[in-house]
Amino acid sequence: MQTHYSDLLVIGAGLAGERVACEAAQNGFKATCLSIVPARRSHSSAAQGGMQAALGNCAKGDGDCPDVHFIDTVKGSDWGCDQEVARLFADTAPIEMRRLAHWGVPWNRVVPGKSTFFKGGEKFEKYEKDENEGLITARSFGGTAKWRTCYTSDGTGHAVMCTMDNRCAELGIDVFDKKEAVSLIHDGETCTGAVVRCLRTGELEVFLAKATAICTGGFGRIYKATTNAVICDGGGHIIAHDTGVVPIGNPEAIQFHPTGIVPTDILVTEGCRGDGGTLLDVNEERFMNIYEPDKAELASRDVVSRWMTHHMRQGKGVKSPYGEHLWLDIRHLGNEHISTKLREVDEICHHFLGVDPRHELIPVRPTQHYTMAGIRTDKDGSAYGLKGLFSAGEAACWDMHGFNRLGGNSLAETVVAGGIIGAKIVEFLKGYETTFNTQTINQAVIKQRERIDNLIRGKNGRLNVYEVRNEMQEALMKGCFVFRNQQGLEECVETLQGTLDKAKRVGLVSDGTGPNYELAAALKIKGQVRLALCIAQAALQRTESRGSHNREDYPERNDKDWLNRTLAYWPENADMPELSYEDTTAKFEIPPGDRGYGGGTIIPADEGYVRERTVESPVNELGTKK
Amino acid sequence: MGRQLEFEIFRFNPQKQGDVPRMQTYVLEETTNMTLFIALNRLREEQDPSLVFDFCCRAGICGACAMVINGRPGLACQTKTKDQPGKITLHPLPVFKLVGDLAVDTGVWFREMYDKTESWVHTSRTFDPAAQEERMDNAVAEQIYELERCIECGCCVSACGTARLRDDFMGAAALNRIARFVVDPRDQRTDSDYFEIIGNDNGIFGCMGLLACEDVCPKGLPLQNQLGFLRRKMGITAIKEIFRK
Repeated sequence: MQTHYSDLLVIGAGLAGERVACEAAQNGFKATCLSIVPARRSHSSAAQGGMQAALGNCAKGDGDCPDVHFIDTVKGSDWGCDQEVARLFADTAPIEMRRLAHWGVPWNRVVPGKSTFFKGGEKFEKYEKDENEGLITARSFGGTAKWRTCYTSDGTGHAVMCTMDNRCAELGIDVFDKKEAVSLIHDGETCTGAVVRCLRTGELEVFLAKATAICTGGFGRIYKATTNAVICDGGGHIIAHDTGVVPIGNPEAIQFHPTGIVPTDILVTEGCRGDGGTLLDVNEERFMNIYEPDKAELASRDVVSRWMTHHMRQGKGVKSPYGEHLWLDIRHLGNEHISTKLREVDEICHHFLGVDPRHELIPVRPTQHYTMAGIRTDKDGSAYGLKGLFSAGEAACWDMHGFNRLGGNSLAETVVAGGIIGAKIVEFLKGYETTFNTQTINQAVIKQRERIDNLIRGKNGRLNVYEVRNEMQEALMKGCFVFRNQQGLEECVETLQGTLDKAKRVGLVSDGTGPNYELAAALKIKGQVRLALCIAQAALQRTESRGSHNREDYPERNDKDWLNRTLAYWPENADMPELSYEDTTAKFEIPPGDRGYGGGTIIPADEGYVRERTVESPVNELGTKK
Repeated sequence: MGRQLEFEIFRFNPQKQGDVPRMQTYVLEETTNMTLFIALNRLREEQDPSLVFDFCCRAGICGACAMVINGRPGLACQTKTKDQPGKITLHPLPVFKLVGDLAVDTGVWFREMYDKTESWVHTSRTFDPAAQEERMDNAVAEQIYELERCIECGCCVSACGTARLRDDFMGAAALNRIARFVVDPRDQRTDSDYFEIIGNDNGIFGCMGLLACEDVCPKGLPLQNQLGFLRRKMGITAIKEIFRK
């Protein structure tokens, strides 16, 4: 048995994971990163649009500051976020963007003078100041008051990922790819590393560490239609959840992106709409300007997805062999803009649709996109339930996004949270000692070896893992998508309970030797169905509509009863998750109010409750800067 | 009813005792808008779960799924079956170590490349969190990004005549990486620093100028221009070095 030791083990080498590792390495600790794929293939690299940070350098970002970014984030979350965390994030983001520039990110920069831009299909002019020439510029994104999204053409995630991975190489951090953590090593109180399956050889290895950080991204792949990469399958969540002591925060908070292409569900960036692209219906007419006169196509994602679904239900969808969809129109942006600023979009249309977006419309519909849900941590990134376990990025519910995250806030979160939580891990590691119990380690390894043997030998059954997975994916699409209601959710829970039973009786068709993918899928299936059940059960219990969680039978946002966060635990041998609830936020800088878009009514929270928790702030109760 | 596509796929599991490399044939009915991502996953899920191949983003942006498709390296996820003949032959990329069937080990190869090229900004400046960012011309930023678009899929290396002959040749991906830092004003390395890394037979002077690298690059990177640019720059550096001595 090969055994590795480091001060910090980071599971997942995307932007959040590598940023955490860099912080530890810069402070003299030995950090090791594990990844299923070579680090640069991480899903972080697929984020095209950009990172939100209130630098305020560009003309349309004039007057921007972290306070305004904070306000946008809280409103975007539909008051579901932890305001202390959102504040920490907004204040730190500009510094982190500058740090990335120092490390090598080729941010697009301010070009002084007159230029034109589109909004809602109309052309406007803007003037960039001479004195800001060469500073980091920004573009427009949904749900923000200012142009705040820092970008590198249409490959922001890719460019930042390259720089971060370069930084890891420079610092000499071991980044091992084709390694998948299949279990944490813990004694119910302290986490001391992970059991890892090598995806080259199929062998099990042990990685011991004083601190372990899970930074494995989202779990969109448990849905049938998702923009996520195939690696975003919940592997990190499953090993944390499986301990029985670490909860998933707000499992019902799942975001759907308005513009996944039909049929492959590949995302086309929000930048399309930010740059002036419009949404059209079957009659090739705009409709978002009717539902949202102010923000139109640039309302937050949950709102746009909801109105799109609503509009299709009104019979305005375009029929296709793959179901109904709507159109995204970027034709008026012109060849030069599409060829440079939206090149990835152009390539996606060409390679996967055979469509030329200069002359043709792009078929789109809402698709699962982001999990605000995640491993619940405190504001230091320390996971609930296990000492020495941390989480950052999309994998975590840190919780700056609440029930809806803004475009450009998640990519920024990876590095901002990575830096903040990395620093907290450094604090934790200083002077911290632990003991590695060989019995605990061996038991963890034996348990995984038994699971693998049982799957190969079909000890518990011979059900096909892909069929079971499909059943789970379909159930979520049916019951836990953009709109939800009691009947649909009850059916979903019932179906998934049956699926969970089947997941326990999966066995391999192949022999499972070496780099076998069927085995990798089979090792995860039970944990995935549990995550699906957490979503369905939490969505059923939450009898209100907030952000991306839309209950048709409870359309109000109910601050009186539901200003809280779901914590879903899965005790050992239980058949259903155990749900408990905690306060959304310890402090309000902005007391709960109206987002200003999305419509809907609010059942107000108890005044005393809000007053007790409201603190002095540079922003006032209307959510504007004082 | 769609075409009956015939897939001839390279099979070998190095971890399985007694396994021998061979070609195996599968038949699958073509559907609308089918890509090799859709086809291969259906083969694995419906016909043969032992098939090994890599996909990640399945959107042409991560580079995980490069393989030799009917004799030509390319990304499987953005290969539409309708552009291919009825018989599709798939091999793993050459040059890279085989993991199994169609999956190869690009991870280790590229991490070694980062070390060889010292793939990071070399600067004596330290970061000041309180200071405004250093200014950069937007055109320069776009020029850097243009070369940073490499997704490390390995197609250029596996199509390279020199890399096929010699293990120690750095390949277009590594040379392009150097070019990326040459245009970056933040990197304080000089031409002679770069010469130390690529001014030899393993580097820019090993290139035979066949330029298959550019032909197969799925991102359309200007590799031909970059190789020419570096060869000229390093040639001049070499001459200067001679006269200095």
